[in-house]
Amino acid sequence: MTPLLVAAAALVLLAGGPARAASPPAVNEETVHEIASQLRCVVCQSLSVADSPSETASQMRGIIRERLAAGETPAQVRDYFVDKYGPWILLSPPRRGFDLLVWVAPFLVLGIGLVMVALVVRRWRRAPSRVSPPALDSAVRERIRREMEELDR
Amino acid sequence: MKTRWVRFSIPLAVVPVLLLLAYGFWTNPREIPSPLIGKPAAKFTLTSFAGDPVSLERYRGRVVMLNFWASWCRPACYEEAPVIERTWQAYRDKGVVVLGVDVQDQDEAARKIIEQFQHSFPNSPDPGGHVAVDYGVYGVPETFFIDRQGRVRFKQVGELTDAIARERLETLLAEKP
Repeated sequence: MTPLLVAAAALVLLAGGPARAASPPAVNEETVHEIASQLRCVVCQSLSVADSPSETASQMRGIIRERLAAGETPAQVRDYFVDKYGPWILLSPPRRGFDLLVWVAPFLVLGIGLVMVALVVRRWRRAPSRVSPPALDSAVRERIRREMEELDR
Repeated sequence: MKTRWVRFSIPLAVVPVLLLLAYGFWTNPREIPSPLIGKPAAKFTLTSFAGDPVSLERYRGRVVMLNFWASWCRPACYEEAPVIERTWQAYRDKGVVVLGVDVQDQDEAARKIIEQFQHSFPNSPDPGGHVAVDYGVYGVPETFFIDRQGRVRFKQVGELTDAIARERLETLLAEKP
């Protein structure tokens, strides 16, 4: 009888094991916030799902929480929103394809600007520091001398 | 040398800016592309205000017009409300199903609208906004047209008119089952 009881207890434990494993894991609120802060609130101006007080954002945070509780990874949760709204939903555009331009262009423009500044500075340095006065012909020189004399009188 | 450099550098800097401005002016800000067009419509099961289960799967093989609305959405939802009912009455015998999904609303206010506009097609609340997010809804009203194969084919952002509803539904009905 005792071995039977032990076997029954073991069966109950074994049955309980997977049941426990299947129960939703505790969701880390920091992870929810981290994902929400990467997503654009669809009804706001320049606010993330984490920062928006709107009901839409609140529902989206709820969905993030549920998906994480269902065992999805943060990347999978993000991909879900991208599938539904497109890459627009991400506050930071992905660093691939055409969107890569957004990341590269500022540095490219900055580089071009620096090169242009360097070129201009070099040109300035090469140019003579003093501009020599234009040569005056003798007639003009004589006229100036006469007018100066008249002024002195 | 210097003149040539200046002559080319100014257009080089100005042209991209002008192109960007022109692109911005020509783009329709109301046209929001949906990545869902052509993709299978997300399945859902809701409970209608009448208490009946409403499942998209049940309507596979029929053209579905799925309308997202709310009682607080003025005036667009109120202006299109008669259009939705008219469309349902005109197309219900031609293989079209009209479904309403009420988002972020209060039960009483939503029921009042259904009664006011005598909506006779299934209307269901969307607790938690799951269906709205599954369809990438930005705001209300938005209307999705789903073909007989269960794919999202068109999306209307903003008020639906008789002409748009007719054009979209006729296109989908004309396709081979």
